[in-house]
Amino acid sequence: MTVDAWLTSACADAERRGIPELKPLLESLARAMQALRDSDDAFGHPAARSQNDPEPTA
Amino acid sequence: MTNETPTDLCHAAALVRAGELSSVALTTRCLDRIAARNDALRAFITVMADQALADARRADAEIGEGRYRGALHGIPVSIKDLVDVAGTPTTSGSAVTPRHPLHDATVVRNLRRAGAVIVGKTNLHEFAYGTTSDETAFGAVRHPLDLSRSPGGSSGGAAVSIVEGMALGALGTDTGGSIRIPAAACGIVGLKPTYGEVSCDQVVPLSATLDHVGPLARTVRDCAVLFLGMRDGEIAAGAGAQIRGTAWLGVPRRYFFDKLDDDLREMFDRAQSTLENAGHSIGTVDIPLAERAPDVYLHIGLPESAWYHAPMLAAEADNYSPGVRRRIELGGYVLAEDYLRAMHAREVLRRAVDRALEGLDALLLPTLPIGAPRIGDSTVNIAGGEEPIRAMMLRLTQLFDITGHPAIAIPCGAGHDGLPRSLQLVGHRGGTERLLDVAAAVEAQITGGSGSVGGGVG
Repeated sequence: MTVDAWLTSACADAERRGIPELKPLLESLARAMQALRDSDDAFGHPAARSQNDPEPTA
Repeated sequence: MTNETPTDLCHAAALVRAGELSSVALTTRCLDRIAARNDALRAFITVMADQALADARRADAEIGEGRYRGALHGIPVSIKDLVDVAGTPTTSGSAVTPRHPLHDATVVRNLRRAGAVIVGKTNLHEFAYGTTSDETAFGAVRHPLDLSRSPGGSSGGAAVSIVEGMALGALGTDTGGSIRIPAAACGIVGLKPTYGEVSCDQVVPLSATLDHVGPLARTVRDCAVLFLGMRDGEIAAGAGAQIRGTAWLGVPRRYFFDKLDDDLREMFDRAQSTLENAGHSIGTVDIPLAERAPDVYLHIGLPESAWYHAPMLAAEADNYSPGVRRRIELGGYVLAEDYLRAMHAREVLRRAVDRALEGLDALLLPTLPIGAPRIGDSTVNIAGGEEPIRAMMLRLTQLFDITGHPAIAIPCGAGHDGLPRSLQLVGHRGGTERLLDVAAAVEAQITGGSGSVGGGVG
């Protein structure tokens, strides 16, 4: 699920549950989520492109 | 018997051991302080006066019979009301139905075995889910130096209990900084041990993989004694942090110094010079990806707290304070994929801190970027920008909850506003006792070994 799709879905759910005040917190969480996902390469996600051909270790 | 007022826990312990001060007299002083100041400060939720005096009488009898158990014997301590004490409700600072434990938490049992006298349960940010101790069903905890300000949190009542002489040692919990933040805001010492070193059994969880239990007190040595008592319930004669030799310290300048108030920056630089002049070796280190710590923290802490609170939220959502309820609700929206992403990142950060510590005794950095904030403020102006207070208060501490490294807050004086500022030392995982030794040496240079910057006890 993309961050945009998640945010749309989460805001709609919060509205439906009668807690629209959650929306700014969800938007803030979406920014953190995007930043975390954008760091996959830096954190060495095992399937990230930079990890596909790792140098062999002794 | 003496009329001498003990300045800290270890001083009191020496007087008690020597028979110059009784536990009953010491406990009575603490209870008198609570009676005099608790209405204004809201530090305690439950005061256990009768039981405390009975325990103090028993301690005096044992000591009189030559059965001295160690430096906590007969010493009044406070317990954060997130931790089970048999026979008292565990409110967690909430209007949600409390727990009514029949048994002490393991850490409380350990403290009792060491002879500690429990004077009461301290107020906190509801369910430890905040850094200002103002969202609580028992009235906002107030800063002893300025009642319009927060003492920090979530262990706000614990910190106030020490500053005010309502207890000589305090038990707190730290999930993102909740021991070190109030210790820093109030000008005392607060220790977060290595993850898992002190039992979290029968401690209401905020985030089970981030939660730590540890002490707050006036000095590093006091914290060392409390840490040993909390961990094992046994304190060897002469235990406590030792001041020995000089240390190798690393300062992680990148990220951690980007947003600090001017007073703290100046005081940190002055402290660094003092330590260098005393022979300590200080260099600059880097912790790669430290700037991602807040994102990692959110994606671990939010869903873990949502999981714990789900049944209570379903049953009595209206009993939560609105801000805490919103944060718990938010956790239910974190995707499993992102939780696992954060858990993977956590391992990378853990190794990054390990690497930064290679060849060093400890990392040296500030604890809290600002002085104690005003109650009700949600933002603070810092480094030329408006920043959310919650994010600022967690900024320098949360990484070490993520990685599990031991960390200690030590006061380094007061800013122009008269409010305390604090240094933080971070040690090797499993090296809490060595960290305490290093901290004692640093404290001796910065405060002359007197620990906190406030007045004397009781």
